[in-house]
Amino acid sequence: MSDIPNDLKYTESHEWVRDNGDGTVTVGITDHAQDALGDLVFVEVPEVGAKLAAKDACAVVESVKAASDIYAPLEGEVVTVNEALDDAPETINSDPYGEGWIFQLKLAGDDAGAGLLDADAYQQVVEDDA
Amino acid sequence: MGSRTPLYDAHVGLGAKIVPFGGWDMPLHYGSQLDEHHAVRRSAGVFDVSHMQPVDVTGPAAKPYLQYLLANDVNKLPEPGRALYSCMLNERAGVVDDLICYYLGPERYRPVVNAATADKDLAWMQDRAAGFDVSVTRRDDLAMLAVQGPSARSLAEPLLPASIRAAAMALKPFHAVEGDAWLVGRTGYTGEDGFEIILPAADAGTLWQGLLDAGVTPCGLGARDTLRLEAGMNLYGQDMDEDTDPLSAGLGWTVAWQPPERNFVGRKALEARREAADLPRFVGLLLTGRGVLRAHQQVLRDGAPVGEITSGGFSPTLERSIALARVDATTAEGKADEIAVEIRGKAVPARIVKPPFVRNGQPKIAL
Repeated sequence: MSDIPNDLKYTESHEWVRDNGDGTVTVGITDHAQDALGDLVFVEVPEVGAKLAAKDACAVVESVKAASDIYAPLEGEVVTVNEALDDAPETINSDPYGEGWIFQLKLAGDDAGAGLLDADAYQQVVEDDA
Repeated sequence: MGSRTPLYDAHVGLGAKIVPFGGWDMPLHYGSQLDEHHAVRRSAGVFDVSHMQPVDVTGPAAKPYLQYLLANDVNKLPEPGRALYSCMLNERAGVVDDLICYYLGPERYRPVVNAATADKDLAWMQDRAAGFDVSVTRRDDLAMLAVQGPSARSLAEPLLPASIRAAAMALKPFHAVEGDAWLVGRTGYTGEDGFEIILPAADAGTLWQGLLDAGVTPCGLGARDTLRLEAGMNLYGQDMDEDTDPLSAGLGWTVAWQPPERNFVGRKALEARREAADLPRFVGLLLTGRGVLRAHQQVLRDGAPVGEITSGGFSPTLERSIALARVDATTAEGKADEIAVEIRGKAVPARIVKPPFVRNGQPKIAL
């Protein structure tokens, strides 16, 4: 059973989004996603300053099995990236919603939840995936 | 749903992630592929490889038949209890499959072929048997476990039938001993010491559980793939197939050209191929830039494509990305560090190296 915290929003492509309340959001991949990928061995984070449209492929996580794109959940500009993942990509496996965050976006709009799924809706996505 | 080995329920009980592989439902890992990989390099791991297909070749013409069927020569096996790695070629010198052939006794051999190709292989072997006084029998009553790692043989020892225990422990690499319907070979697909054990399906559960109780780590197909890649061993269907000759897949050493009068399937085409000016080379790659090498990525030299990766991934032992690749001869003979691999549209620097990457727990290439 994968962990789906109630205080986060989600995408159908298995990113999670945390509203930081200051016009920025933090983005990572869900527990379900890290479990499906298996042991992660490489993360390519976006460049700070990159301007992204929602659903732009902007980062890559690679597991022992395969490479997967990470998509921007919302429109915005990358303001911070998790450089610790360079040396410890496995952090995403062990703490996907905490130390395993991938990047932070400064939103172009003012709705940090626009078009995103709540925990219940994402739970449905995971069940349909199985 | 795919076929299931006698150990399927045991895998599920251990929480394995089950994936389809070659028509079978097999364990990919039991939690962490990386941990399983390290267990084999440092101690011992056990793989259920019962999807592999043993085939018994028996009868007065067993030896001449195999000398015709296989590119390697079973005449290299001077007495029973020896094993030989070989390719089985088609008339175009493409690889129908690769296999290990055990010499069991007078007029008795046991090739073990790949799961995904088993049906095709059996049909191919039956067709080639015409005119030979030989029986080709699929052995679906057997299971197969590979126990691999520096501690593998000593941990397996008490679980072997008493009648062959001492003989099994005295085996040299690529030797095997048979008894009580078990076949124990000192062979493997990981670059570590260990046994491959072919045994009656009914005995598999007891051996599996006994190994786990002895502290051997259950390992899935994921670790099997990273271990064999580090060991520089080819995977059928990825590094070679029916359209690839063994010389282009780094398997020239498995082709027995002597004696010249031995006519094996594909020999004529392979002889022509050997003289071809455009014969590619099979090399190892170490990624010196950032990323992960994967099958089908292009190898670049001065920005131009000169070959393709056939197997690639992350090496848990080296903590770097490595690959096997087919490149043109000029590139293979050129400066090893002047190449790159195209990863998501970018040329990432890499270096040509000579496999194996890892053997017996130790790095074999300079990083």
